[in-house]
Amino acid sequence: MDWRQLWEIASAPDNIPIVGLIPLLIFYIYLAWKQAKANDELIAELETSPAMAKTHHRKSWPFRPGWQKEVHVWPFLLRMEFLAAIIVSAILMVWSITLSAPLEEPSNPNLTMNPAKAPWYFLGLQEMLVYFDPWIAGVVMPTLIIVGLMVIPYIDTNPLGSGYYTWKQRKFSIGTFLFGFLFLWVAMIIIGTFIRGPGWQWFWPGQTWDHNRLIYEVNRDLPDIFGITSNLAKAIFGAVVVGGYYLAGGFIAHALFRRYNPKDYQRLSLLQYSIMMFFLLTMVALPAKMLLRLLWHIKYVWITPWFNV
Amino acid sequence: MAEDNKNGKNGNGARVGLLERVKAGVKEDVQSLKTDMPAKAKEQIEHLKDPTKTQVYTSIFRHKHDDTPRNRALGVLSNVFLHLHPAKINRDAVRYSYTWGMGGITFYLFIVLTFTGVLLMFYYHPSKVQAFRDVLYLEHDVPFGKLLRNMHRWAAHLMVIAVWLHMFRVFLTGSYKKPREFNWNVGVILLVLTLLLSFTGYLLPDDQLGFWAVTVGTNMARATPLLGHEGPFGHQLGMTPYNDIRFGLLGGSIVDANALLRSYIWHCIGIPIVASIFMIVHFWRVRKDGGISGPAPVMLASEVKEPKK
Ligand code: HEM
Repeated sequence: MDWRQLWEIASAPDNIPIVGLIPLLIFYIYLAWKQAKANDELIAELETSPAMAKTHHRKSWPFRPGWQKEVHVWPFLLRMEFLAAIIVSAILMVWSITLSAPLEEPSNPNLTMNPAKAPWYFLGLQEMLVYFDPWIAGVVMPTLIIVGLMVIPYIDTNPLGSGYYTWKQRKFSIGTFLFGFLFLWVAMIIIGTFIRGPGWQWFWPGQTWDHNRLIYEVNRDLPDIFGITSNLAKAIFGAVVVGGYYLAGGFIAHALFRRYNPKDYQRLSLLQYSIMMFFLLTMVALPAKMLLRLLWHIKYVWITPWFNV
Repeated sequence: MAEDNKNGKNGNGARVGLLERVKAGVKEDVQSLKTDMPAKAKEQIEHLKDPTKTQVYTSIFRHKHDDTPRNRALGVLSNVFLHLHPAKINRDAVRYSYTWGMGGITFYLFIVLTFTGVLLMFYYHPSKVQAFRDVLYLEHDVPFGKLLRNMHRWAAHLMVIAVWLHMFRVFLTGSYKKPREFNWNVGVILLVLTLLLSFTGYLLPDDQLGFWAVTVGTNMARATPLLGHEGPFGHQLGMTPYNDIRFGLLGGSIVDANALLRSYIWHCIGIPIVASIFMIVHFWRVRKDGGISGPAPVMLASEVKEPKK
């Protein structure tokens, strides 16, 4: 166990935000979960007794009797904002006094940094470079993430859970978002920061970075395994596999979604349903491709003269 | 005047009369100084005891500030900075556990970044010769220069974290649902702009860290489908390292002086202006969409009105 190596990574000034992000995320997930649980319990109670549902105020943190429904922004909101600004300023001051921003040697195109890492908030994409070609990891994926986020309000047709924390009323959408945000984004950033060392190789936390380590990984392409040699056959084979993934995966997702989310299934229009399926399957394709690589050393699935997937 | 002329004919006598009258006049003036000025002074002191009645004061503040509901409302409504807020809000919309205050904190960090950023601009030249030295100068010679740079750096990291947490809570509370779909999209654009702001700033110290991070980042642009010289179909469309999208971003085929200048202009002028405009729209829409989405009364599945198809 090389504690120094571990400490060096964890205490690198530019890594501190990630070290801070983890407890922040845990805290806020707890805060959200606490409120979701209280609301879900209330919902369950109201669902069983319609009489109570008619008169209930329907909040887990209700008004006290005699309280007014509305309060003045001045001072009730403004003092909160002011307080928040003071606290943030104080944190920022202490952080800036105790920890200095990094400044390396002057830039030198002839001296490559190893590992050369993108800023931490893009490390998820850089990690994807291990499994995908740059045009996918660097261009297509960011585009899909942005477009995917943008379509969320238009494909989530569930009218429940608008304006309050809940889990039971929105299991599918919250589950999907948590999977994307925590596993495909935050976890990849953590791997990129704490695990990836020189040559972008995998070093367990506490393992010494060995700049001379070479790993001979023999990666194969999926067509090779099936003994396909001609270029045309490879291209067609790959298209069939990728198309097959979307068709078969789409069928499985359809079977599950229809059963477990019948109401959403009914509400979704064909366009909404196809868009949702496309993004869902593409999202699941990331860990799928990662598994192909990690378990069977498969590099490409689809090989064409112009691009490889 | 007419009288003067008449007296003038009598010569001496007239002169005596004039003298008498001047004397009397002066005496009167002196007397007035003795009596009026103390009275005015007294009056002035009275006024000073209540500065809110002075013309200067009333010209600045358009209403009284004694603690009445009307004045509390006016304090918000008649202030250009605060009129972003309504006069009154839902009592529990101020609860921290609902919004986590993250949108507001993000905005506050943006203000801090603008302020510290402008101060940094006084010392920084975006040229290959000067940039790195300017940062050294800031770190070692400029009074509080190091603190300034640290604050700018850490506030930027904090802002990225705050935007993510803000988006996370908006998702978990279902606040992107009708009628807030559009504002969610404005938010997604703000998220992208925040990341781009951070990324363009990374290169500016012109050190190894920034240089290689930006090299890694922009290398992906080579692989842009159609528009990059190493991307799918880029070659077929006549893309070379000297005319593709990466060349356009960097102002050259390598990260050099032009890239530094472009980065600087995007970072200090282009993106901040665009982001400010989107923020204005974002805040405006929060109001127009009916304020913060909750905490809303919970809704039961049995109450959902299915739209007729
Ligand atoms: C520079 C970045 C941003 C700033 C300064 C900002 C600021 C704010 C503020 C001050 C609010 C008021 C409520 C609150 O504080 O939570 C708000 C609400 C909102 N924001 Fe943002 N925001 C930003 C980015 C985003 C992003 C990335 C998203 C989503 C992808 C988003 C979506 C929304 C939505 C839908 C609301 C309404 C929430 C509600 O009614 O409960 N914003 N934003």
